[in-house]
Amino acid sequence: MATFPLIRGYEVVIGFETHAQLSTESKIFSGASTRFGAAPNTQACPVDLALPGTLPVANRGAVERAIRFGLAVGAKVAPQSIFARKNYFYPDLPKGYQISQYEIPVVQGGSVSFLLDGEKRSVRLTRAHLEEDAGKSLHEDYHGQTGIDLNRAGTPLLEIVSEPDLRSSAEAVEYAKALHALVVWLGICDGNMQEGSFRCDANVSVRHPGEPFGTRREIKNLNSFRFLQQAIDFEVQWQIDRLEDGLAIEQATVLFNPDTGETRAMRSKEDAHDYRYFPDPDLPPLVIAPDWVERVRAAMPELPALMAERFQRDDGLPAYDAAMMTQSLDFARFYEAARAACGQPKLVANWLMGEVSKRLNAQQIGIEAAPVTPATLAALITRVADGTVSHNGARQVFDALWGGEGTDVDALIEAKGLKQMNDSGALEKIVDEVIAANAKSVEEFRAGKDKAFNALVGQVMKASKGKANPAQAGELLRRKLG
Amino acid sequence: MALTPQDVSRIAHLARLELQPDEEARMLAQLNEFFGIVEKMSAVDTGGVEPLYTPLSAVQDVALRLREDRVTEGNEREANQKSAPAVDDGLFLVPKVIE
Amino acid sequence: MSALHRLGVAETARALRARQFSSVELVQALLARADEQRALGAFLAIDAEAALAAAGAADTQLAAGDAPALAGVPIAHKDIFVTKGLPSTAGSKMLAGYASPFDATVVARLAAAGTVTLGKLNCDEFAMGSANENSAYGPVHNPWDTTRVPGGSSGGSAAAVAARLVAAATGTDTGGSIRQPSSFCGITGIKPTYGVCSRYGMIAFASSLDQAGPMARSAEDCALLLSAMSGFDERDATSAERPPQDFHAQMLAVRDGASAARPLEGLRIGLPREFFAAGLSADVDAAVRSALAELEKLGATLIDVSLPRTELAIPVYYIIAPAEASSNLSRFDGVKFGHRAAQYTDLLDMYKKTRAEGFGPEVKRRIMIGTYVLSHGYYDAYYLQAQKLRRMIADDFQAAFRECDLIAGPVAPTVAWQLGEQGDPLQAYLADIFTLPASLAGLPGMSVPAGTGAHGMPVGLQLIGNYFDEGRLLHAAHALQQSTDFHTRAPAGF
Repeated sequence: MATFPLIRGYEVVIGFETHAQLSTESKIFSGASTRFGAAPNTQACPVDLALPGTLPVANRGAVERAIRFGLAVGAKVAPQSIFARKNYFYPDLPKGYQISQYEIPVVQGGSVSFLLDGEKRSVRLTRAHLEEDAGKSLHEDYHGQTGIDLNRAGTPLLEIVSEPDLRSSAEAVEYAKALHALVVWLGICDGNMQEGSFRCDANVSVRHPGEPFGTRREIKNLNSFRFLQQAIDFEVQWQIDRLEDGLAIEQATVLFNPDTGETRAMRSKEDAHDYRYFPDPDLPPLVIAPDWVERVRAAMPELPALMAERFQRDDGLPAYDAAMMTQSLDFARFYEAARAACGQPKLVANWLMGEVSKRLNAQQIGIEAAPVTPATLAALITRVADGTVSHNGARQVFDALWGGEGTDVDALIEAKGLKQMNDSGALEKIVDEVIAANAKSVEEFRAGKDKAFNALVGQVMKASKGKANPAQAGELLRRKLG
Repeated sequence: MALTPQDVSRIAHLARLELQPDEEARMLAQLNEFFGIVEKMSAVDTGGVEPLYTPLSAVQDVALRLREDRVTEGNEREANQKSAPAVDDGLFLVPKVIE
Repeated sequence: MSALHRLGVAETARALRARQFSSVELVQALLARADEQRALGAFLAIDAEAALAAAGAADTQLAAGDAPALAGVPIAHKDIFVTKGLPSTAGSKMLAGYASPFDATVVARLAAAGTVTLGKLNCDEFAMGSANENSAYGPVHNPWDTTRVPGGSSGGSAAAVAARLVAAATGTDTGGSIRQPSSFCGITGIKPTYGVCSRYGMIAFASSLDQAGPMARSAEDCALLLSAMSGFDERDATSAERPPQDFHAQMLAVRDGASAARPLEGLRIGLPREFFAAGLSADVDAAVRSALAELEKLGATLIDVSLPRTELAIPVYYIIAPAEASSNLSRFDGVKFGHRAAQYTDLLDMYKKTRAEGFGPEVKRRIMIGTYVLSHGYYDAYYLQAQKLRRMIADDFQAAFRECDLIAGPVAPTVAWQLGEQGDPLQAYLADIFTLPASLAGLPGMSVPAGTGAHGMPVGLQLIGNYFDEGRLLHAAHALQQSTDFHTRAPAGF
């Protein structure tokens, strides 16, 4: 296990509870739509509103997605799990209890792996269980009151609980990113963090190395990776300050305020720790037969970790590159298409990590929205490989392609006069002229000054207006001066 | 093991019930009488017995029936909110919630 | 037409088909009668207009000859079932005037079978009680002696059927709420196997125990209604997946070796000795035994069986039912529907005052018990222990059913008591001893009139069958009713 820099002599311990909204059409216990952004309470049916006499009926699609996740993280998919009631009063919780899973969750164990500073890290999962989302409290003023919208109530959630295996905010962010990428890759969650489809609660504590775990505070509802890191960093400093002042940490649920960058304890839900869990008498045990698990397994996409291994093994990519190529399913598909078209895996990876990613990030778009197709990128890479265009030239061509100036790589190379001079006759002539015109440099080179040789190559490139192939030019010079 | 007045107020709070002092006193007496009746249950050895959460599982395996993932409910907000104590443009109103 | 109200479900259905009178005439007569008998406190709501409209529609179908089985037959529903047209209160102030946007499955199915709904019937608040004295809308009086209770929680249903206000009514039974009031009011009621009737639209008391059933004046009428109201419902995950049942046909099926004189030939009826032990009052014991003797004459053999954990059923039930109830009743918080306190300082205060005002003492008591037994540190000792004992109780029944086909005994230790007589609520719990075991096991149970006991008050014979054995129960009860007239006796003046 990697060792982590202590912060002011303290070791940081972080565990996650992540809520992923499952991408079903209908809710986990009712036939109401899960679509985001509808007018308040227009997607809250009698079951979601807990109207007297209503009963829950579980959604097969939600269970199927939980199985997919369980298989993806190498967990045990429980042949029998139990829905339980978590009892507490809150206006966004219509029944006065949340249907969740307590003693026997549907997914047990498993792990999530990712790279941290080029090193492979693996975080153990405790469990993942199915439950229903709550509604929303709208705190902007409604005549001094709070407005309750229950459209979200009953949206299926997979709560993914990690062991306290994380030791820094940076590692926490990498874990969260890897988990996010995985649920999106599996197609079980749309991953839209702005809309709350993927929400992280971080349990943070600090301790002196070797000591037992310190008291943890839970930072709730972190819905961006940046906030996640900021919140953990602030929380760690806050806890250390307290301990250094000889004060104790009390277990608490805290909220992160992005404006101040600070965390503060929630005032509500103080007495909510006696949830009075018991098996929901409206829902018999959830039974998942082995053949169902096998059907789900058969329909699973190749997992990112396996695909990355394949890219290392078959394409000879370095681990880091392979991980980058599998950052999302679309990214991996782009890489594979381009690689297939030009047979230059490393060059494709370099371009995707460099020029392509740079532009994607700048425009904040995904690769599926890139204006350059895998085939076009492959064509350009082919021209770099066969020496037709220099790397600098290729970058200019790529700019043109991205900017929509054209899609025909060769035409753009011609139009921009970026074709490298591969006609040795013409090059030889230039080389002779340069040797003749630079007697001083020639002398110095013969005297053993490599600097002078570079100067001569530079002269050749200049004289050829950059169209000479530097390698070829250098070769000719050595022959003639040798 | 008898309940204390503190137990009663703790439970009443958990259950969100405001009890008047006389109610609490009566409740304490009745709960203690009740748990007197319950004691003989605690004595029974139930080692190795599976709890019976749903009756039919006494004689057969009972598995949760699952519904297909289909949207079957439309917008019936008006009918569904007909008996709501306080509503404003489709939102249920409650006293300010402080997070 | 003054005697129309005396007709049962089967007779009424036949007479309507024969066009002897119209459903509208019948409904008019019953509405007038319900109005005369307001003092009984049986009805909480009546919609005369809707009832007459439905009756008119039924008459048209009957005239056209394409009417469903129970076309034009007037019934009423326990107010624990939600109904679209009529208010649904569960006998609670919490739901005063509550308008449900949908009908309970049982209500919808009975309507589809042609029945005409007269109105909603009084019951103990959220079906918690055994005397109907816990209704926020006042008590119900027993037609046999209006100073006495009708039993509960389906007291309004039992009183209405006994007083001939309706031929039949729906009820629900969680710990005896169909059987005990049927016994107290001298009518026939059946609680089917858990899962036979959909719970969708039944305001939940204890989800793992609640079952709906018919209450009427004969086993035959119960069979007709149960066939119409039962069956698989995809809206209830605990609903039993099985084809529709014709309980009437099952009731009429002839046993092998049976004869006209001995229709129950070969039927083994087990008598749990624990049901005839101390605590059973002599008058009830005598009435029950006379009915058993009658069953013997009809060919049944009576054998001695044991349900050793009968007494434990009381604590087990009064742990499990309140635990589930405390959770089921959390939705009544003054936010989405129902009562909200007028004065409060903040959200917490709104919750506490709303629930303090909306719930009656018995409901509060059970919420407190349920909250306590589920609370941290007590779950294993109480709830889990109770659920384990529940399995032992269910296993005891299976052991008994290896020796017999049906189990018989009293429904309640005594006849109906005086209104207000039962001071201590916990003593009332003890009186549920004979109905709780079948409820905990989820077995079908019936109350069949077995004559009268002290003060000329009715006594019910309880019949308990194995899972999904409703047909056999109804068959035995029907045979008894073919050779006795207990079930046809009406309270004086009704």
